[in-house]
Amino acid sequence: MGIAIRQVTKRFDDFVAIDSVSLAIPTGSLTALLGPSGSGKSTLLRVIAGLEQPDEGDVSIEGEESTALPPQERGVGFVFQHYAAFKHMTVRDNIAFGLSIRRRPRQEIRERVEELLALVQLNGLGERYPSQLSGGQRQRMALARALAVEPRVLLLDEPFGALDARVRKDLRAWLRRLHDDVHVTTVLVTHDQEEAMDVADRIVLMNEGRIEQSGKPRDLYEHPANEFVMSFVGPVNRLGGTWVRPHDLELRLEPNGITREAMVQRVVHLGFEVRVELLLQDGRTASSQVTRDEAEQLELREGQIVFVRPSRTTTFAKA
Amino acid sequence: MAARYGLRTIALGYLALVLVIPCAMIVQRTFQDGLGPVWDALTDPSFVHALRLTLIAVAIAVPANTIFGVACAMVLVRRRPRGTPLMTAAIGLPLALSPVVVGLSLVLVYGKQGWVGGWFVDHGFPIIFSTPGIVLATIFVTLPFVVREVVPVLREVGIDEDEAAWTLGASKAQTFWRITLPAIRWGVAYGVVLTTARALGEYGAVAVVSGRLAGQTETLTIHVDEQYLRFNEVAAYTTALVLALLAVLTLVCMNVFKPRHKEAPRGDRNPPGDEAL
Repeated sequence: MGIAIRQVTKRFDDFVAIDSVSLAIPTGSLTALLGPSGSGKSTLLRVIAGLEQPDEGDVSIEGEESTALPPQERGVGFVFQHYAAFKHMTVRDNIAFGLSIRRRPRQEIRERVEELLALVQLNGLGERYPSQLSGGQRQRMALARALAVEPRVLLLDEPFGALDARVRKDLRAWLRRLHDDVHVTTVLVTHDQEEAMDVADRIVLMNEGRIEQSGKPRDLYEHPANEFVMSFVGPVNRLGGTWVRPHDLELRLEPNGITREAMVQRVVHLGFEVRVELLLQDGRTASSQVTRDEAEQLELREGQIVFVRPSRTTTFAKA
Repeated sequence: MAARYGLRTIALGYLALVLVIPCAMIVQRTFQDGLGPVWDALTDPSFVHALRLTLIAVAIAVPANTIFGVACAMVLVRRRPRGTPLMTAAIGLPLALSPVVVGLSLVLVYGKQGWVGGWFVDHGFPIIFSTPGIVLATIFVTLPFVVREVVPVLREVGIDEDEAAWTLGASKAQTFWRITLPAIRWGVAYGVVLTTARALGEYGAVAVVSGRLAGQTETLTIHVDEQYLRFNEVAAYTTALVLALLAVLTLVCMNVFKPRHKEAPRGDRNPPGDEAL
């Protein structure tokens, strides 16, 4: 097992950041810790890194009991949201930092840094200073710096959070490919469910210091354990006591006995998809996701009366 | 346009009146009788002694307050001890207190009749009316500068870089020397310059604790005053000029240590024209 967390609790004064959490992260996996802000996901990552000391419970990394180890001895690589670049050092010196602390021979350091510059596609930028790099380049430098010491686990704390949307998507795909090459056990903290779905093999969804559900991205989406998971991993409508995803809400022009009447409030064209915002008879709103072709066939316009039928619903037992 | 020129005239006129003209006058008066008297003033044993004493006070007070200042700022920013507001206020005290009061309070504690002063006098190591007293007074009045410059810088730099260094295997000491100190070095440098300038120029507190004995406990500032009172105008102006030159030298030294590359602007702004990814 890559990382084993047992009954970990962490409090800050009266606030319980992590509440008796247990979690096993397999070696070589790419796991996303997903959750809203304040859910404890970043704190859990920092506990794994040794940057926070848990009040209770223990952590082991690759079978080694690590709870009492300082961050220096855990063999972790940590990447921060705001890069934490060493601003007074060149890119090369940043990447070489961990190796020079370990007093590796100069020749070896030079070769390794060259290798890493190529791996993170920063060839030729080794003599620059972090201030001369773009945000995406800085974050790749930070990743190379973390990988230089060959960590047993790589921990990424909202690594793309400070980047703009396009760069974020590119870097996400790149990180996925990198992980397929390097295969180091990786834990990524994010509040963006799309990012987690896109990158991770496994998602651990946290809320209020506890784990709501963990599993493959598809499991969380298709078999959510509770209402929180259902609504966090994607958009959702509530129809009476049941939950429906917008793409599972069919629109018709004629009633057929099991449909409900609704009025189209707004039609939003999102390229291939069209989002239809509806007002139901009971005064609730819902949204339906249809393809462009379907929208054209139905000749949807605002104020129109349509009939909706959920093709697939989810119901949770009341807790 | 007129308003702009008017403002400019007022600003420059103000500078000229309070800064440039008085300084120029000192230079002019120093050399009014040629170089001979200036040389005499510079070679006078009491001047040489005063210069030495001032430099000793600076050489002790500046490193002491730099080390204390950085350590203190680290504790205040990183540990946030419970008494932080109280400690901050206490550190600012020397700025608010009149130096004369500082001097008097030191006499009360370290003087012959003082709390601990008696013990030192009995053991042949008097503090007041002697070099240790002058050093102590200088340390007292220059205490806040490094702390006050370093605290905001340290707060802005944050702890991410230090934490990154720890996870890369650097010990706390290695992290301090290789990451923290370079990151805050500008705050430290400004603090050192202010400390040095103040230590060179301190008069009030030192005047009280030193006893003003020529050739024994006279610093440069007291020497200026003494010579002036005795109508040794050239000696007074020469000494004043030496003090001014030392201050300029301090500023020049700082510029020498300016970084050779441009530093990162804090924040996430990307340089223009850089490729996206």
